[in-house]
Amino acid sequence: MKNTKVIELEEVAIRFSGDSGDGMQLTGTLFSDTSALLGNDISTFPDYPSEIRAPQGTVGGVSGFQVQLGTKKVTTPGDLAHVLVAMNPAALKANALFLNPAASIIFDVDSFSGKNLEKAQFKTDDPFTELKLNDYSLIPVPITSMTKESLKELELDNKSILRCKNMFALGLICWMFDRPLDYIEKFIQSKFGKKSPLIAEANLIVLHTGYNYGMNLQHMTPQYIVHPAPIEKGTYRNINGNNATAWGFIAAAEKSGLDLFIGSYPITPATDILQALAERKDLGVKSFQAEDEIAGICTTIGAAFAGDLAVTSTSGPGFALKSEALGLSVMAELPIVVVNVQRGGPSTGLPTKTEQSDLLQTLYGRNGESPVVVLAASTPSDCFYFAFLSAKIALERMVPVVLLTDGFLGNGSEPWRVPTMDELPSITPRKAKNPESFRPYNRDPETLARDWAIPGMEGFEHRIGGLEKNVAGAVSHDPDTHQRNSEIRAAKVEKVVTMIPDLAVEGEPEGDLLVVGWGGTYGHMISSVQAMHKAGKKVSLAHFNYIKPLPANTGEIFSKFKKIVVCELNMGQFASYLRDKLPQFTYHQVNKMKGLPFSVHELVENFDKLLEA
Amino acid sequence: MTKFNYTAKDFKSAAEVRWCPGCGDFAIMNAVQKTMADMDIDHKDFAVISGIGCSSRFPYYMSTYGFHTIHGRAAAIASGVKSANPDLTVWVMTGDGDSLAIGGNHFIHLVRRNINLNLVLFNNKIYGLTKGQYSPTSDRGKITKTSPFGTIEDSFVPGQLVLGSRGTFFARALDNNMKHTQEVLTEAALHQGTSIVEILQNCVIFNDGIHDYISDPKFRSERQIFLRKGQPMIFGEQEDKGLILEKGKLKVVKIGENGITREDILVHEPSDDNLGLQVALINMTLPEFPVAMGVIRSVEAPVYDQEMKKQIETVQQKRRITCMDELLQSGNTWIVEGENCSEPVKFFDNKCFG
Repeated sequence: MKNTKVIELEEVAIRFSGDSGDGMQLTGTLFSDTSALLGNDISTFPDYPSEIRAPQGTVGGVSGFQVQLGTKKVTTPGDLAHVLVAMNPAALKANALFLNPAASIIFDVDSFSGKNLEKAQFKTDDPFTELKLNDYSLIPVPITSMTKESLKELELDNKSILRCKNMFALGLICWMFDRPLDYIEKFIQSKFGKKSPLIAEANLIVLHTGYNYGMNLQHMTPQYIVHPAPIEKGTYRNINGNNATAWGFIAAAEKSGLDLFIGSYPITPATDILQALAERKDLGVKSFQAEDEIAGICTTIGAAFAGDLAVTSTSGPGFALKSEALGLSVMAELPIVVVNVQRGGPSTGLPTKTEQSDLLQTLYGRNGESPVVVLAASTPSDCFYFAFLSAKIALERMVPVVLLTDGFLGNGSEPWRVPTMDELPSITPRKAKNPESFRPYNRDPETLARDWAIPGMEGFEHRIGGLEKNVAGAVSHDPDTHQRNSEIRAAKVEKVVTMIPDLAVEGEPEGDLLVVGWGGTYGHMISSVQAMHKAGKKVSLAHFNYIKPLPANTGEIFSKFKKIVVCELNMGQFASYLRDKLPQFTYHQVNKMKGLPFSVHELVENFDKLLEA
Repeated sequence: MTKFNYTAKDFKSAAEVRWCPGCGDFAIMNAVQKTMADMDIDHKDFAVISGIGCSSRFPYYMSTYGFHTIHGRAAAIASGVKSANPDLTVWVMTGDGDSLAIGGNHFIHLVRRNINLNLVLFNNKIYGLTKGQYSPTSDRGKITKTSPFGTIEDSFVPGQLVLGSRGTFFARALDNNMKHTQEVLTEAALHQGTSIVEILQNCVIFNDGIHDYISDPKFRSERQIFLRKGQPMIFGEQEDKGLILEKGKLKVVKIGENGITREDILVHEPSDDNLGLQVALINMTLPEFPVAMGVIRSVEAPVYDQEMKKQIETVQQKRRITCMDELLQSGNTWIVEGENCSEPVKFFDNKCFG
């Protein structure tokens, strides 16, 4: 026991990394859940290849899962990992650049052999020297052989034995971070217990073997202590952005008294939303897996016409296919919500990587003058609230709403204090009331929203469609009507500003630099601004959830700062939108197109440069 | 006894009908309106959905709920309408370009799912609204503005596509035979599942006379065979011709010749799941055969919108989660309390939400 190193940390990031078939996502998720249950705040980042099974042992096939846990509010999964679990040489290579100086690297020494080194394209048989990792705390663990050894009594084939390797790593990490195993044991029992008791037994044995291995060899394994985080009282659960989005819609349906309909088509990384809703037949959700992206939105429009809260989910390429139909919902003024879980583009691009490059497509990517309301969620759990709010706006203002999330939010998870339904505002759909005075395009004078009359309501029979109409709903090519309606459709979206809160500044209300971000980058933005603040810099953050319309006080906030820098995971789309909307300010930019979130480090570096200039 | 005593007039809107004089669409609309009136279903429960094309203007001329959508997507939008509210009576009005070219995918998947709605396919074998380009049902060699030297592609036979997509109902009619069209539309309306009715329709401007050879009333009984459930497949001015199967193929025979009697003639059974024979009937062309009219196939199968409803009901009977609050509290949750914890803040606090 003499050499046991105990390290107390406020925040620690752990990265599990292996072949895409090694079960790293499950390992990371189980470890994260265990930590959250223990009271740590966490933030996770799954990072996996788009191929289900990329060639084994290659760098392209590496699947990773990073989790950061802390004693305080954790806003990012961490730039650089303190601990890396590398199941093979390729995993080491893929992650070498994402390690803290002096990080611990736990690696399966059995797999660091000639053939695997070759597959990962190492030139020598010393990958650590090659990657200049010699100063790191290297912890070789015979994961494969210990797994085999511990299961030799069981009558299991070699393939099944090897599939338990991840449990060894998980057990070891649980020891290092002083996590109890009961949650994981329960999970294994409920997942395999009934179907294949033998597999359950094997996983449990290996899990404990890993844990005991850590305990027995304390001299070489540092142990980390991360105390629980003080947070708001309440009931918590772990939630990822896609699930939160799905649940936000169910909550909105319940609040509004409508049925929820989702018409959608599977696409990475948005598919989980459709899946999460398909699961909820118990709450009456109608889920329609359409034949393509176009039918996804078209069935949704049909369901909105028929009176449901109708939503569709997609990602960039699918959003492109939905453009024409989204224009129809603008023209027909039907309440639908489209969620775009953004990914790297253009074209198929980087399906499993995150990006914010669909902003301009969302704002402008349709024929004609075709304004829609655009919101963006900023953390995995607030996807719930922004999905709810998107539905509220659509139903109360009879306008299509696009909710932008991204792969980082959709797949990332965090502990979430679950609200009760009482905490959520009411939703009052604009159902038509008086058949005598009803006309399809009669509007509320304040909001410009038209009334919603749905088939089955007596006395409201009417026709709508994609052609320009007069108030009575008759087709009209009259020049003045088109001019007026174009202005009304634009004004109707702008008037949503009365439903949204003012832009808030995090930090001082005035200063040298205002950092501007939007959507899924929030965690990294706030961390970097806090770091600047700690260093005595006059830097504040304005993070946007409301893109169109912009909050009413945006210009006022901007005017209080000497410099403004817009940070986004694209080539400057929000910056150019702001230049159009608020041209009186100068906007600096920080942009990144690597399929990865910002790192706090690179943001701070950029802000420092701007302050010096 | 009827509940509503509607007439066709009750289904006409005040909008001016703007099809070209002499267009086949007028007759089809009259037949549809008459059929709807006779269905004795509450007027408020009808929804007429269309895509883009001449025929797709249809909803504007109806006094029911209507939605004139975008090119090719009527089938998908109608699928959403009917799935959201199975109590509605949904009709889709579409053309050969709308449904078989740009909307081909939605068309076959609508048929495959067997959503309980009626789709009227106006087949005039041409693009009319864009002024005369060939369509996916134009015959090989057809000369049009986009095929000045003739098309070099074969056409779809709509019935083949429907049966190939596991269609449960397919019927064919002609715009100049309103009584029969109405008869067929009534059958379609009664059918549980997706009913596809192909109506051979004349575009008086861009493809005038395309169906003349078939439709000429003078030769109607010689060139068309009206198939009716349980009736022998007999046609001809003298009702002396019929269809038999010989070596697995259809053949026209004359009753009274070569020892053929009425009993030898095939009897039409649209409710039999007899795809081979039904496709053979669909494929019949002049001059060797008469063209088949009427309900060619009408079989029972699970209906999507009903199944969707049923599945929700079944799951709900055994559900453990009955509302959102229960869902939020379900599964792996944990409670955080203690001295160093703060009071929870509502997400929507301090924000102007009513």
